[in-house]
Amino acid sequence: MTNYLEFEKSLAEIEGKAEELRALARSNKDMDVEKEASALDKKAEAMLRDLYKSLDPWRKCQVARHPERPHCKDYIEALFTEYTPLAGDRNFADDHAVMGGLARLGGTPVMVIGHEKGNDTKTRIERNFGMARPEGYRKAIRLMDIADRFGLPIIALVDTPGAYPGKGAEERGQSEAIARSTQKCLQVKVPMISVIIGEGGSGGAVAFATGNTVAMLEHSIYSVISPEGCASILWKDADKMREAAEALRLTAQDLLRLGVIDQIIPEPVGGAQRNRKVAMADVGKALEAMLKDLSKKKPDALVKERRQKYLDMGSKGLAA
Amino acid sequence: MGPKRAMNWISNYVRPTINSLFSRREVPENLWSKCPECGTMLFHRELSENLNVCTSCDHHMAITPRERFAHLFDGGVFVEVAVPAPISDPLHFRDQKKYPDRMRAAQKQTGEKEAMLVAEGEIGRTPIVAAGQDFSFMGGSMGMYVGNAIITAAERAVKLKRPLVLFSAAGGARMQEGILSLMQMPRTTVAVEMLKEAGLPYIVVLTHPTTGGVTASYAMLGDVHIAEPNALICFAGPRVIEQTIREKLPEGFQRAEYLLDHGMLDRVTHRKKLRDELITILRMLTGQPPAVKGDLPAPAGATQAPAPQPAKPGTEK
Ligand SMILES: [Zn+2]
Repeated sequence: MTNYLEFEKSLAEIEGKAEELRALARSNKDMDVEKEASALDKKAEAMLRDLYKSLDPWRKCQVARHPERPHCKDYIEALFTEYTPLAGDRNFADDHAVMGGLARLGGTPVMVIGHEKGNDTKTRIERNFGMARPEGYRKAIRLMDIADRFGLPIIALVDTPGAYPGKGAEERGQSEAIARSTQKCLQVKVPMISVIIGEGGSGGAVAFATGNTVAMLEHSIYSVISPEGCASILWKDADKMREAAEALRLTAQDLLRLGVIDQIIPEPVGGAQRNRKVAMADVGKALEAMLKDLSKKKPDALVKERRQKYLDMGSKGLAA
Repeated sequence: MGPKRAMNWISNYVRPTINSLFSRREVPENLWSKCPECGTMLFHRELSENLNVCTSCDHHMAITPRERFAHLFDGGVFVEVAVPAPISDPLHFRDQKKYPDRMRAAQKQTGEKEAMLVAEGEIGRTPIVAAGQDFSFMGGSMGMYVGNAIITAAERAVKLKRPLVLFSAAGGARMQEGILSLMQMPRTTVAVEMLKEAGLPYIVVLTHPTTGGVTASYAMLGDVHIAEPNALICFAGPRVIEQTIREKLPEGFQRAEYLLDHGMLDRVTHRKKLRDELITILRMLTGQPPAVKGDLPAPAGATQAPAPQPAKPGTEK
């Protein structure tokens, strides 16, 4: 781990100290630091557990956006076999902010789609930081349509700051593309599973996250607007993002209470970014369970129940 | 259409003075008002008779759904369809003001309950259900109520086998309802699906401004998209885009005519011609003979009766 978040500063210090001690011992064979170092390890572990036990909403936002969190591409590589990417919207371009294709999950053929943010400067630019243009949504619509016709369940991995606010994106119908993608999610007669793995940013997320089962990772977020954006509009002060994050109810825990999502997938202590392998494996297990559940249902029931879920949504507020 | 469209109207539209100028309750009959586009002084009654379109430059000013429906329906008669009220302040949202206080202020200022009006009636003897979004009510923002209104309108249309005409106008999401506001995107899309399955026409009239999640859901899923001249229609607003791409946007960017050029709309139609156009389109789509155009009296026996109280919205059969 090299990338500490601001609220992990004191943790970074302790872990750094333990690491320093061990480095010293490596270059000086006579030194025995293990006792001291493991005491520091213990202290760090307790601190980590403590920090992550009750992350406030703004801290959750930071964790959800952590650059080392597993991204869509990582999940696809770790959990699926025979992944065969399918590209293009057949109209204009292939949007690299959205990836997807045929793959097998535990042997079952599925269609997997998702936002990919990239993991270094080069890939981030290539992926446009996970902000899709209309072509991305239209590619997803095309893939969902194939899945629908050939009876393949759809698995959508959601991780986007939002749809790209650009000139070309608007000219080519960003709104229409998002609307049609959401509509396609509601039409398909196959199981539609969405998992918010990091950031569920507004309409750009809804376009993939309208499913029979919508799950969120423990420290992921899903919101109508970024806390920064909300703060600058309602508080007229972008620095009030903590207050905005609190007010917006964007955590997985609040969304479960509101009945907006169906389940939470727990993350390892310290977040998915600290233990990527375990985090991804847990998502894999959860996906297989959801898939098994939904594959018992008839095509018409899948559509009907999905719709009814959204019609009923929000009727009870926080009391749900 | 007006000769020149300066950008000042959009930057001014949130000004409370302009909003309150046309709000039904606060306008004295003898008021003169100034067209924000060309500066012409307009007698209020004249402006109102002209559907809030400037008689001098054709600038389309805001119009509330209630005023619009009074001109839209035959004889100005329509029956309001009751929309089930969602629970108020579902998130217990607090910014600098409490959400219930903001709501009360909006209700007092507009005399309306919420940001959408649903009605049924006839236009050119063509029975329809209409839904109108009210920009003067918290920027027309889409929360649970607006979602309920659209679902109710669709259910009513399906029940009565009538087309739905929806007039959109919104700055986007109702931020004070957070994620529940966002969930109106799939919810209203289900409403559109009901109409499609019932084989009923769904016509969207996009008015100034239609932005954000509203555009990215029910406003862009119509069978026919008609916009009012110079209406701002977008997903991301021009200011956000300018900040992102750091360049000046072209003249008329994201305006109705620009969207028409880019294939996102079927037509851009002057408000005064809209009613006749809707009648023409709807009668063809529903296989009826051409209508008698012009103002028609209310259908026989029609009265402005209170709407029936519907059951819980969104219980599909
Ligand atoms: Zn004028």
